[in-house]
Amino acid sequence: MNQSVPLADLEQSLYEVRKKIYPRAVHGNFARWRWALVFATQLVFYGLAWLQWNGRQAVLFDLAARKFYVFGLVLWPQDIIYLAVLLVLCALSLFLFTAIAGRLWCGYACPQTVYTEIFLWIEAAIEGDHMRRAKLDRSAAGPRKVALKAAKHGVWVALSLWTGFTFVGYFTPIRELGHATITFALGPWETFWLLFYGFATYGNAGWMREQVCKYMCPYARFQSAMFDPDTLVITYDAARGEPRGARSRKADPKALGLGACVDCSVCVQVCPTGIDIRDGLQYECIGCAACIDGCDQVMEKMGYAPGLIRYSTENAVKNAWGWREMARRVMRPRVWVYIAILVAITAAAATTLYQRSPLKMNVIRDRASLAREIDESHIENVYRLQVMNTDERAHRFTLSVEGSSHLGHVGITADTPEAFFTIDPTSSRVITLRVHAVPHDAEGSQPIEFELKTVDGEGPGVTIHEKSRFYVPAGWAGKGDTK
Amino acid sequence: MSDFIGGFWHYYIAALTLVSIAACAALLMAMSKRRVSTDPEKTSHVWDEDLDEYNTPLPRWWIWLFWITTFYSLGYLWFYPGLGSFEGAGKWTSAKEYAEEVQVAEKEFAPIYERFAGADLRQVAADPEARLIGQRLFLNYCTQCHASDARGGKGYPDLTDNDWLYGGDPEQIQKSILDGRNGAMPALGAALGPDAVRDLANYVRSLSGLDHDALRAARGKEKFVMCAACHGPEGKGNVALGAPNLTDKVWLHGSSEATIIQTITRGRQSHMPAHRELLGEARVKLLAAYVYGLSLRQKNVVPVAATATK
Repeated sequence: MNQSVPLADLEQSLYEVRKKIYPRAVHGNFARWRWALVFATQLVFYGLAWLQWNGRQAVLFDLAARKFYVFGLVLWPQDIIYLAVLLVLCALSLFLFTAIAGRLWCGYACPQTVYTEIFLWIEAAIEGDHMRRAKLDRSAAGPRKVALKAAKHGVWVALSLWTGFTFVGYFTPIRELGHATITFALGPWETFWLLFYGFATYGNAGWMREQVCKYMCPYARFQSAMFDPDTLVITYDAARGEPRGARSRKADPKALGLGACVDCSVCVQVCPTGIDIRDGLQYECIGCAACIDGCDQVMEKMGYAPGLIRYSTENAVKNAWGWREMARRVMRPRVWVYIAILVAITAAAATTLYQRSPLKMNVIRDRASLAREIDESHIENVYRLQVMNTDERAHRFTLSVEGSSHLGHVGITADTPEAFFTIDPTSSRVITLRVHAVPHDAEGSQPIEFELKTVDGEGPGVTIHEKSRFYVPAGWAGKGDTK
Repeated sequence: MSDFIGGFWHYYIAALTLVSIAACAALLMAMSKRRVSTDPEKTSHVWDEDLDEYNTPLPRWWIWLFWITTFYSLGYLWFYPGLGSFEGAGKWTSAKEYAEEVQVAEKEFAPIYERFAGADLRQVAADPEARLIGQRLFLNYCTQCHASDARGGKGYPDLTDNDWLYGGDPEQIQKSILDGRNGAMPALGAALGPDAVRDLANYVRSLSGLDHDALRAARGKEKFVMCAACHGPEGKGNVALGAPNLTDKVWLHGSSEATIIQTITRGRQSHMPAHRELLGEARVKLLAAYVYGLSLRQKNVVPVAATATK
């Protein structure tokens, strides 16, 4: 129930100026992991666009031509199902990782985290550590401040533009894009996306930072639905740490009635979202584990055991489980179900990708003229076949057609297309053809099937079938037999 | 250019829109601050006896975004049509934008057609690139009636059989597409009576060597005089009028006695629409050349087996 409390004359603002956070740099195992992922993801992002494959860009999403090149694969709009599969796999991976250890994506691999890490590194290299940065921001404007700020933003902008350029390079061949950029010959959309993506990088990683995670990211809001008491989250061991308090390294905390927490506030200083992990799990926590690295260093200096702040589960902390017990509970049925579905979908997708035919054919029946009477016994229908060669080499094809036994002598009427035709690499061709039949006892719509076969003369050919309908006018049945 | 049924609705819609925007602004102002009881940290919302809701203020730029959208909407309504029937300072209309897009497209495609502007239709028909463009145009604009293979259907002429209602010269084909054709066979049922129509039908069948009743055909021949005005004394037709040749194997509406009787009794109206406005002369030229080329190819038919050995 919402109890109405009498309102007093106290004004409260529902909006406030953001307090800038100056996170203290941190070193340790988890920071190393993050940097490893920064390098891995960015090496792929900045590097992959330059890779060549069979004389073309290895990974290129050619939107104008509606062809996606991914190494040896050429995906056509008809292959959109693989995009759906990819999204399903991404979603399931997210479920799996979140069920195991919470916001692993946020803490280590999310572009927001990755670029903020890079931008913070640049900031620290130019302006100094978190104390100097805060001091510089407080100081009055002067030549030194202007020079430092200009240098920082200059490097940020350069990196952002390069990021935008690389992004566009996945949609326009990057080598041509490079040439066009140098000669100021970029198209309007290329210019827009380069600047827009660059601006988004600069704004999000340079200025917005934790605000993106706290106020804008939808994923941050729904993932708590995927947590349960057996999910590994960054946890402050309050039982061990409290009561917190400063003390000399030589002093015995027990004698002083203190817990392991020395209240040094390092965990707060290193936090990129500015929270105190000792207050428990909070929605702002992106799971970056900076506080674990920070606290472990302090514990080491104090000569205490590490892990006052650690990856642990709600159940493990409550029941004081050991590592083995906790790990057993983390690998719960839910996690195994996620893994099983992931493996099944991955295997299915890989199999269909492997078996994917380089040929595609759409059969479009002429609807305007249902059927034609050619002579006393023959009926003719017209079809438009769109034959697509998704392979990166030309193929020669031949076409044939088959019908049910009710349709006698089904065949492609001579002289329409050439019996053999060639289609250039990754292109398509429309073939108009007539199919004739001598219907015995059939009327209305009858099934027929087109067969498209490669005749390249080398290796096993590829054959595909496509179903369609053959229309026999009413009252025609049996007429064919009279002759 | 107002779509409203009365002058009142213009003011009604405009006022409603402006009041809504003003209400949004008032709401924004009211919701950026609030008065609370005692603790400024809390919102004074208490749930389930003791669950206090804390105040977690959004960053200031967030409310700026709201204000920006509010002012943007005013700017939008000033520039674009949207406020009742006010047409906006930019005088934008979708029709104008469409016309501009068409102009841009015309400019883009003009060089393609320019290549063929000076060429003779017969030369264009022989050009493989022109044929490809012609085929695409044909598939877009002509197949609805003449079918994808240009062989037509009942009531729609076959364009590949080298039999032409209005003449098969490329120039005549071009004229057919540009200005359209209207074929009119008058209904003669009332004037002739059913028996005479049947006689005529048998005579017409005899002209192209189909099974017929010789007696009726002989009687029909006498009455054919009234048909000869268009179809000619020998029934060979007249391309100037679009009257079909009745002595060949080509039948636009069907050759059975019943169909011919229907044709004579009720007449036929055929309509080929004009495309001068829709497509423009440059495109029609390529289309005419393509259609002309189709009938040429038909003269030297190559059977499938022969192409296979090439």
